[in-house]
Amino acid sequence: MKTQQPNQISLWNALTALGDLSGRSMWGASACFGVPDMVAGSVLGGRGSEFYGRSVLVATTEQLTAIAALIELDGLASRIVLCPPDLPVEHLSFVAQIAAADAIISDRLETESDLPLFVPSGGLVPCVHDRSAQHQTEWVLLTSGTTGNPKLVVHTLASLTGAIEPGKLAAPGITWSTFYDIRRYGGLQIFLRAALTGTSLVLSSAHESTAQFLARAGAHGVTHISGTPSHWRRALMSPSAHRMAPDYIRLSGEIADQALLDQLRAFYPQARISHAFASTEAGVAFDIKDVLSGLHPDVINHTPGVEMKIKQGTLRIRSDRTASRYLNHECRPLKDKDGFVDTGDVLELRGDRYYFVGRRDGVINVGGLKVHPEEVEEVINRHPHVRMSLVRTRKNPIMGSLVIADVVLEAPQQSGSSDDHTIQRDILTLCRESLSAHKVPVSINFVPTLAVAETGKLIRRHA
Amino acid sequence: MIASNFRDEITTQFRLVAREQDKRLAPLTDDLPLLDSGLDSLCFAILVTRLEDSLGVDPFTTSEDASFPVTLGDFINFYENAAT
Repeated sequence: MKTQQPNQISLWNALTALGDLSGRSMWGASACFGVPDMVAGSVLGGRGSEFYGRSVLVATTEQLTAIAALIELDGLASRIVLCPPDLPVEHLSFVAQIAAADAIISDRLETESDLPLFVPSGGLVPCVHDRSAQHQTEWVLLTSGTTGNPKLVVHTLASLTGAIEPGKLAAPGITWSTFYDIRRYGGLQIFLRAALTGTSLVLSSAHESTAQFLARAGAHGVTHISGTPSHWRRALMSPSAHRMAPDYIRLSGEIADQALLDQLRAFYPQARISHAFASTEAGVAFDIKDVLSGLHPDVINHTPGVEMKIKQGTLRIRSDRTASRYLNHECRPLKDKDGFVDTGDVLELRGDRYYFVGRRDGVINVGGLKVHPEEVEEVINRHPHVRMSLVRTRKNPIMGSLVIADVVLEAPQQSGSSDDHTIQRDILTLCRESLSAHKVPVSINFVPTLAVAETGKLIRRHA
Repeated sequence: MIASNFRDEITTQFRLVAREQDKRLAPLTDDLPLLDSGLDSLCFAILVTRLEDSLGVDPFTTSEDASFPVTLGDFINFYENAAT
């Protein structure tokens, strides 16, 4: 960690440099902060300076509180770890240990930690301490790992905002929104875009329905909005989809198929539509604006500021927007020796365009959430009648993909026997007890055998 | 399966998926908005997969209809039209 480098750019510095931010607001579902009030105020009781040089876990209930804490801590803390709202509380101590955290900011009632706990206030109080940047703060984002414990991915404000033109105040009238939570990479991009260009922002909430969110987005005059293809399919199934009329629609986090792009174009004819490729590790890579799925090879070869290549079938990315490293010691290096991040996403050339066809490592993307097959297999294999299992993807038009499992039993049952059904039910119960809902297989198929490579590993197909 | 039985299969699967996923299902009437049914996106994804297996069609993938179904009635029509 670097220390004592005054006058470096921080989120607060960037906001104050934009000039007059009056009239700009950040709206949560139940509260709203004016951007000038966030710049002048403190959600940490005016005690932000106590976090000087510390490694701080931010695990708040509300996105708005997290945003205010980020503006306050960036440039001051040595490291901020942004915990997503669904981080199981039992993972907090693991995250704290890996991040060498020495403080936690949380209003999650159940938070149990040995660290000094600071409970943020619901409102802003005046902030008197010097807020100019003292540190190049590390921003740590969490992403799912194969073992169930999260991986901690290190960014800086500079790497997170590499795709955003700096210091340029957006035209008045632009209001951003996102279906994502801002504690995830896709959502954080939208918050930072709003902050660094001085626009208002409407945040989603896990506690409201899609219809309520769309109505709120419409009421606040949202002009620019992002989400995963799954978010957008759900929006299009809502009778409230017409409550907003965005000028710009952005899709990321999953493969955008042509049917969805066509439906969005038909429903929001006034909107520009783009689908982007970005990941927590590889950063923002590119934006496709021609409303066609897949991408033209020119995108790979000629995207300013981002070098891309396809090696062994997967997309590799080198740019100043990639993360620098994992904090977990057991993780493989995040970049290869030349500085390229292997996204693990397999691209296939069909006609004159590349299409994403899946993941080399078998990782399944369920509505933008990653599922590592090994984690699910480990749970299935706990069943006493299971010899081995292979978890794989099944394409789905609502969530992109779902999880299914092929299972080899210790003693093969007669096909279709009642024992089969009992074992299937027991495996599913085991999975539901141990895994998040999106990781539970939607079907269990009993198979006589599974292909194993010479390395002794299961052979995984990518699509 | 012939299209006239689609309604029964679809409502049966709605109930099964809701029970499995521990969701409280609203009364299944034709004018029920799908997003008020009590099922979340994951439930719909599972439902569409199950219906593809039992009915042999997936209109979300194959239909050229440019609009997604909004009510349960739309949803049933979406499947019936795909099968004819």
